[in-house]
Amino acid sequence: MVIPEDRQLNIVVAVKLVPDTNADKRIDPQTRRLVRSAAETVLNPFDEYAIEAGLQLKEQLADGSSVTIVTMAPESGKEVVRKALAMGADRAVMLSDPAFAGSDVWATAYVLAAGIRRIGFDLVLTGTQSTDAITGELPGALAEYLGVPGLTYAREIHVAAGRVRVKRETDTGYQTLSAPLPALASITKSAAEPRFASLKGIMAAKKKEIAVLRLADLEIAQAVGGDGAKLEVTELTASPARAAGKTVTAADGNAGARTIVAFLKERNLL
Amino acid sequence: MSTYRAPLRDMQFVLHELAGLADIAKLPGFEDTPDVVDAILEEASTFASEVLDPINRTGDVEGCTYRDGNVTTPAGFKEAYHQFAKAGWIGLPVSPEHGGQGLPQLLLGPTLEMWNGANVGFANGPLLNQGAIEAIELCGSDAQKHTYIPKLVSGEWCGTMCLTEPQAGSDLAAVRTKAVPDGDHYKISGQKIYITFGEHDMAPNIIHLVLARLPDAPEGTKGISLFIVPKILVNADGSLGERNDVFCAGIEHKLGINGNPTCTLNYGEKGGAIGYLVGEPNRGLEYMFIMMNAARFSTGVQGLAIADRAYQSALAYAKERLQSREVAGKSRAAAPIIKHPDVRRMLMSMKSQIEAMRALSYVAAASLDLAAKHPDAAVRKQHKAFIELMIPVVKGWCSETATELCSTAVQVFGGMGYIEETGIAQQYRDVKIVSIYEGTTGIQALDLVGRKLIRDMGTTATAVIKQMKKSAAGLDESNADVAAIKSQLTSAIDLLAEASQFIGMNAMSDLNRAFSCSVPYLKLWGVVAGGWQMARAAQISAAKIAAGDADPFYAAKLITARFYADHVLSQSLWLHHEIVRGSASVMALREDQFDLDRQLLVTA
Ligand SMILES: Cc1cc2nc3c(=O)[nH]c(=O)nc-3n(C[C@H](O)[C@H](O)[C@H](O)COP(=O)(O)OP(=O)(O)OC[C@H]3O[C@@H](n4cnc5c(N)ncnc54)[C@H](O)[C@@H]3O)c2cc1C
Repeated sequence: MVIPEDRQLNIVVAVKLVPDTNADKRIDPQTRRLVRSAAETVLNPFDEYAIEAGLQLKEQLADGSSVTIVTMAPESGKEVVRKALAMGADRAVMLSDPAFAGSDVWATAYVLAAGIRRIGFDLVLTGTQSTDAITGELPGALAEYLGVPGLTYAREIHVAAGRVRVKRETDTGYQTLSAPLPALASITKSAAEPRFASLKGIMAAKKKEIAVLRLADLEIAQAVGGDGAKLEVTELTASPARAAGKTVTAADGNAGARTIVAFLKERNLL
Repeated sequence: MSTYRAPLRDMQFVLHELAGLADIAKLPGFEDTPDVVDAILEEASTFASEVLDPINRTGDVEGCTYRDGNVTTPAGFKEAYHQFAKAGWIGLPVSPEHGGQGLPQLLLGPTLEMWNGANVGFANGPLLNQGAIEAIELCGSDAQKHTYIPKLVSGEWCGTMCLTEPQAGSDLAAVRTKAVPDGDHYKISGQKIYITFGEHDMAPNIIHLVLARLPDAPEGTKGISLFIVPKILVNADGSLGERNDVFCAGIEHKLGINGNPTCTLNYGEKGGAIGYLVGEPNRGLEYMFIMMNAARFSTGVQGLAIADRAYQSALAYAKERLQSREVAGKSRAAAPIIKHPDVRRMLMSMKSQIEAMRALSYVAAASLDLAAKHPDAAVRKQHKAFIELMIPVVKGWCSETATELCSTAVQVFGGMGYIEETGIAQQYRDVKIVSIYEGTTGIQALDLVGRKLIRDMGTTATAVIKQMKKSAAGLDESNADVAAIKSQLTSAIDLLAEASQFIGMNAMSDLNRAFSCSVPYLKLWGVVAGGWQMARAAQISAAKIAAGDADPFYAAKLITARFYADHVLSQSLWLHHEIVRGSASVMALREDQFDLDRQLLVTA
């Protein structure tokens, strides 16, 4: 499929609703899943960069291209999704069905791909990882299920002449990649700082559509939710409590100074 | 220095459970408010913390600079203003017809509190836009509305209020600035002083609202008219034309709010600034009085906001600063000062009075909406009367209390409080202005006693006292704290009723005596009305707790309300004493007797 140059783009930003990192987290020992309560759910902070990139692309194109938010989450997360609309996205689609519960990253990517195909897309944007699971695997899996090129870790993104071009961050430097649309790109935190939702945005978001798609609305050909998961969490242990620190004060005099020097040397910091 | 964190939970509590957001949402046009209120609180708090707070201290240190008639605001102010304007915050209460968001005045409570808590120097700017918008919306012609309002709402232009002159501060009847008819406009000449944001670099045009006198105007208050005087004249097509004859002659060096310029403006040095009459001739002060309610409410909220900011810093410091062992502890180690009972008392004193101010001012804001929009004329009238009575109380009591509380916050810091780098000193300096501009506390008290009590023959005061009594009688004594609050509140209301009667009686025989203790009387109103709201909060909290609600917010609220009853409502005793027993001694000393203490006694 070649996308003509003058066509308006359907930019779809896939986002995740995650527990607020400031909130207390609790894991249900039975299901080994995080206990999620609506009150403490927020937009995955990494995804805000993808939303920002989508909005900037839309503004640059200024040709009626649109930004659609998609998330697989229970409907109780609607107000969180509305925040993305308040930032300026045009509409949102929630993929909500009890059958989706228990999905791992692969099952999630599969359902998201089905939802995104149903919405129709030219460019899919994601964050690089989520603050709760931190696997960083979803962008790759999603590109795979969508059958489109996946350009990951983009710190810059441009669209022209039916192609997407990104500046990709690596450990050693940058790569410039380009691919034909449709495609997927994951956006890093060093792209633009996400905008604040404005009062105008909040008021406008009230009138924007948040559609809900259920399992039956999607073309799904394999097991989803817990049954479709490839990963199984076999054990969960709390991370060990951090050992008490050592305090050195001026009163320790030279001995204190020697302690600090020894400490730094031990860690090859001196 | 800590960063600003908005008191979001208390704001939600006051909006929903005390100020009746659900009732406001029943008013025409406000139906959607409950859907957006949380998002607004959250985004406003992010904006306050991340955009306005970082330039608060820098704005204070850098200040504004004046050069050849131009004023440069501190680094970051211009950018923050553009961001603020673009987000649409200026238009929050403005009708959609003029490009605003048409939200209730009630939401000005928390949003103004956040802007001013994070950066009062900055927040004055958008407030002036709102004032100018309101003036033109209320009394301007259609053409004026069309020309000025949309650009003031979008923030493309800024506004000012030019009232004060060297000889006309509290008494605006003394305004001398002249306005001479000249075709379809007027030629304005004269000097205005202390004009906030009178000149600056944040926007390409400034729309001055100026009080001036027509040549044939009668003396006094009934001879003052209101004019629009743009810094840059606006062409018929809306584009900017020539520079008008208004010149900024300098800016003041001042105690606080250094982030914004306080300007001297000279009108008509080159033959007369072009001005356009707003509404009818000679009705300027009358128009100002209509707008005064919103402006004075905002100023009261400014006080509350700065006090809350100071309290926040003091609390953080009290948890960190280690000094002295605990009086009741075994350890010899230095404890965080929050462990010391006197520091606790200071923190509770701040917390309880801030919550009372917040409750009373938001409740007053809800009445502004009900007075404007309720379908039943009788209800509108009742709220209008309530507002008229409460506005000087909210402005005067909040600003005076806030000033005291900022001093308390400095005290919590000890020596560090006196050192500028902690930022608390800035709060202490900044807050003082709120009891001066928009009418000093003395003028608020004059308004309360003269216009709202005496001229009204005590009708509204009596009605509100009755309303408070009814509320107090309904307090449920099954909770020990609520029962204690009830008894304190009931006697405080009685004392207020007595003091009102005392002043009313004296008004007939001895006006000096009636006005001698007008400020203590205003404070008495604040203390009691604030106590009334805290009692309501206590009652709601006790009921929640009794019903098994485990939200620790309610338990804290109940304790705070109890503290208020014992430590603040109890002030009603001495305020009453001051008014009833002390009025006579206020004017007893002859003017020449004031200086007797400075003359060396020469013994032969
Ligand atoms: C930083 C700053 C910003 C300002 N911004 C603006 C602005 O944007 N626009 C504007 O027009 N003005 C502005 N003002 C002016 C401000 O509103 C006046 O300073 C204020 O109203 C007091 O007037 P005054 O300074 O003339 O004091 P005065 O009126 O001289 O008052 C001095 C004292 O006398 C008392 N007093 C006066 N009359 C009475 C009375 N009848 N009964 C009892 N007590 C009385 C007062 O309470 C006060 O304690 C600003 C002032 C400052 C300092």
